[in-house]
Amino acid sequence: MATATAVSKPSTATGDGHKRKKNAFSDGQGRLAWMLLAPTLLVIFVMAGIPVVMSIRESFFANDNAPDPTTGLIKQGESFVGIKNFAQIFTSTDVVQGNWGTMNRFWNAFLNTSMITIVCVVIETVLGVAMALIMSKAFRGRGFVRAGILVPWAIPTIVSALMWKLIFDANGVMNKILGQQILWLSDTFSSFWAIVIADSWKTAPFIGLLTLAGLQTIPAEVYEAAKVDGASAIQQFTQITLPMVKPTLVVAVLFRTLDTLRMFDLPYGMIGPGKYRVETLSVFAYQETQATRFGSAAAYSMVLFIYVLLVAYLFVRVLGADVIGEKAPKKKKVKKNDRNDTQAAPVSGIELAGGAH
Amino acid sequence: MAAGVVEHHLSQAEVAQLAKPRRPLGAKIGVVASYVGMALIVIYCILPFYWMIVSSLRLPSMGLSTSFLPDPPSIENFKGVFSGQNNFGRSLINSVIISGATTIITLLVGMVAAYALARLQFKGKGGVLWIIMACSMFPQITLIVPLLKMFSQTDPFEWFPYWINTYQGVILPYLAFGLPLAVWNLTAFFRQLPVELEHAAMVDGCTPGQAFRKVIVPLAAPGVFTTAIIVFIGAWNEFLIALTFLQDANMQTATVAISKFTGTTGFDTPYGTIMAAGVIVTVPLLAAVLIFQRRIVAGLTAGGVK
Amino acid sequence: MSFVRPKRGVLVVAASLSAVLLAAACGGSGGSSSGSGGSGSGSAAAVDLTKQGPTEYWAGKDTSGNLAKLISQFNAQHPQGKVTFHELPDNADQQQQQMIQATTTKNPNMGVISMDVVWTAQFAANGYVVALPKDQFPTDKFLPATVSSATYFNKLYGYPASSDGGLLYYRKDLLQKAGISDPPTTWSQLMQDCDKIKAQAGNASLGCYAGQFQKYEGLTVNFAEAVNGAGAVIVGEDGKPNVNTDQAKQGWSQIVSMYQKGYIPKAAITWQEEQGRQAFQSGQLIFLRNWPYVYALASKDDGSSKIVGKFGVAPLPGLNGPGVSSLGGHNMAIAANAANKGTAADFIKFMTSEQTMKSNVLATSAAPTLTSLYTDSDITKKYPYMPILLKSIETAKPRPKAVDYTDVTLAIEDAGYSTLQGQQQVDQAFSTLQTKLQGLIK
Repeated sequence: MATATAVSKPSTATGDGHKRKKNAFSDGQGRLAWMLLAPTLLVIFVMAGIPVVMSIRESFFANDNAPDPTTGLIKQGESFVGIKNFAQIFTSTDVVQGNWGTMNRFWNAFLNTSMITIVCVVIETVLGVAMALIMSKAFRGRGFVRAGILVPWAIPTIVSALMWKLIFDANGVMNKILGQQILWLSDTFSSFWAIVIADSWKTAPFIGLLTLAGLQTIPAEVYEAAKVDGASAIQQFTQITLPMVKPTLVVAVLFRTLDTLRMFDLPYGMIGPGKYRVETLSVFAYQETQATRFGSAAAYSMVLFIYVLLVAYLFVRVLGADVIGEKAPKKKKVKKNDRNDTQAAPVSGIELAGGAH
Repeated sequence: MAAGVVEHHLSQAEVAQLAKPRRPLGAKIGVVASYVGMALIVIYCILPFYWMIVSSLRLPSMGLSTSFLPDPPSIENFKGVFSGQNNFGRSLINSVIISGATTIITLLVGMVAAYALARLQFKGKGGVLWIIMACSMFPQITLIVPLLKMFSQTDPFEWFPYWINTYQGVILPYLAFGLPLAVWNLTAFFRQLPVELEHAAMVDGCTPGQAFRKVIVPLAAPGVFTTAIIVFIGAWNEFLIALTFLQDANMQTATVAISKFTGTTGFDTPYGTIMAAGVIVTVPLLAAVLIFQRRIVAGLTAGGVK
Repeated sequence: MSFVRPKRGVLVVAASLSAVLLAAACGGSGGSSSGSGGSGSGSAAAVDLTKQGPTEYWAGKDTSGNLAKLISQFNAQHPQGKVTFHELPDNADQQQQQMIQATTTKNPNMGVISMDVVWTAQFAANGYVVALPKDQFPTDKFLPATVSSATYFNKLYGYPASSDGGLLYYRKDLLQKAGISDPPTTWSQLMQDCDKIKAQAGNASLGCYAGQFQKYEGLTVNFAEAVNGAGAVIVGEDGKPNVNTDQAKQGWSQIVSMYQKGYIPKAAITWQEEQGRQAFQSGQLIFLRNWPYVYALASKDDGSSKIVGKFGVAPLPGLNGPGVSSLGGHNMAIAANAANKGTAADFIKFMTSEQTMKSNVLATSAAPTLTSLYTDSDITKKYPYMPILLKSIETAKPRPKAVDYTDVTLAIEDAGYSTLQGQQQVDQAFSTLQTKLQGLIK
């Protein structure tokens, strides 16, 4: 029975990509596929596509901001300003002092966003995988542990931002435990770390949960085979566990990265607006809406959007977040060779998860 | 039925993996280490929550106190949460309806899309995945104004139904935010399952749809369940959209209700009441997860041990 | 959108349908005239304040429950148009955001809004709210400072509903023990008093003074008070920024040096109103600048306050003489897109009548805007600090009026916070601030 599974699994690997065409429902797949995708695409088109297009349009418009000298009123309506909103982002002389020196406010926010994302996602991934590995062990009370790990993530952000505000208060419990008075909520480098701590705490469970689900699909036989071959625990982790959870893990990390790049609630809710050491691009864009400069806000969002898109693209290229198995032809070849090599190796099941080492 | 047999084979493998503690090193050290690690992680996750509970049990005017136990303890904050004008009970019901509907619809819609992406061959597959993800990359805060214009029939959306103060007015945007993750995630899971299982099922006379429903979905249960939790919590915790589109006090969700908590004046942030509300909205969620996941694990076990 | 187009009939139908269904929860019923739009509605003569029908009052939380009572009272007296309370989040930024969004979508239901005094210029200039005709909305009974807070380019855009002024809370008991008879009126006196008190046994660890020095709107309030209290201005009478003066710099330098010398606790740059109150009522502070709301909370005898009966209230200190408070509060304004402006106007008049305001002040401890209420015996009995608050508000200065107030306040906060944190010298910060303000206020 067990061998049947073990045999059937690796064959998926060869069923990857081009070989798939031979499967039983290859006729009329295109039409069926589009029918199945239609609801998703429709929802996303209407609820996200149209607003995105409107925002893109908005980013080329601006309202007249000069009040009339006698009535103080501003002429209503917007006019097309071309790329002025975008040009302003990069040429603004509004310099601020942040973690990375004195610079244009936009670049400051850009660096904050990037650094927060890198630091948070790395910490969250390590913590999340650790959580998943521990949760995957069978022991009594596992359900309780799993629920416990969900706690941070289940608390609504508007509540948890406030909770961390309490904890990081100058006279709060964090300083009480540390025995010194760190001004987390002022505007210093410790504010940056306050964000990192609060965010990793809140979202490591997200990666943990998804990774756990990935772990659960690894057949125990693979490990048994590895053990027979004398693989150590570390080898098992790097050679079996990691490659096999990779598709799920990469999706989890990808989505976390995209989310963190757009981080808004924590810097805004916990540290507050106008704090240049934690000001992210989303906060900046929000403040532009608050000042009713919708065009400029949309332009900032566009820039952020493009940045996020770029990161996502690089992510997929470099880490191979290849959930559909459609690699570039060149890469496919490399992979194929790769696979042929490993197929001879004792733990051949690993490769089925797709993606090179 | 062959399909059934295959299913059981795999289930059993799963179950073996689930139920058997793996002992890579000396069993005792491993067990101790994993218990210590487990304890550390649980403590790490729960300590701030403990602080939330303690803070909720203080006197309302002592929100900023730092004593490790509430002194004097008080349930005033919890009473405050449910005091008449907050309309909190109603908000909880709204939250359950909205998050529940979002989760179910996201899963149904997302699963068929993921199935297409994982199993079917067609042109433009990569493009579809990218479009799905790209739309979720736009900063949400800037999408709110266009959506608001749409739902309130402001120019140029006179043709759109009036969706302010309706459940669909928030459920549909939530779907758009939840679907990308659901589709990507489920696609990754479905792809991990051997296609031969479906073939076998179809040889036995199942249609592709049946094969999907009876073979793939149960086997991908951990992934489906995890996705469900993620989507549910995402909707449950959302604030800005709910605040903007659900203007009627009887329609508002729990997070919106919490944002309206206030002290006796405009200045005193009612930390205690907000923490109490946080506890109230978090605990049922955890209970549901506890109950739910047992059932899923149990379901798998029942299928395998025969 | 390039042009503001009148609202389509379909929305009106939908809105009135829902008004029926939701038992007057939504207004907006009636004819097609609802879309006067934001444009040009500043000309007061054009605004029709007669149309009656259901409308909504948009404001932050009803803290005492009294508002609900007042609204149902109004609705009982006013069957031709009823008001529903549209409750906004506690957070002022979010309130502002919701109102801006409702205006963007020309929501006809938003009738009356509770407008923070610092939003007046932005809301008026953008045509979010309409000018109120002076004949229907006489201002002579209100404190002049509150009227000026609702005025933009000589037109009244809101009716003063509540006011607020800063007060100096001090520890009466400690001052007495140190032989100080009167609370300080200047910063140097305040520091001397602190020195005396802290020299006494057991007082060494006390903090001397705190205000709101976290980087948020409160810092702008405290910054403006320090500058105004030195006889200087941020923005002059002529509407031109004039902050880069020796006097202004002296005023703020005083606060900065108090912080650097430890008279203001190190942690105080993370304090908003609440942290300061907490420190004060737990007995860790000698002096506190805060709003009137602290009085009732610090007097509570449920064990939360350690200074019940041990504190007093005085006007704010200044650099060389009595200080100047920044003006707080809210005005009630009529939204430009409101369908039923007549009901909205009636509701504002009702809410600002002496009787209603009195009941509200007694219930919420909000500072009244009607001069007469400061001598009302019921009110002064409940709030003994009223005479001092009156003095504070009478001499209070508004924060700069600017269409781009969010930018103005951020520029001020930047200057204030960077100097407190020691990242910038006061000279440099003030010249930067002056340049920025000149760009923002034209």
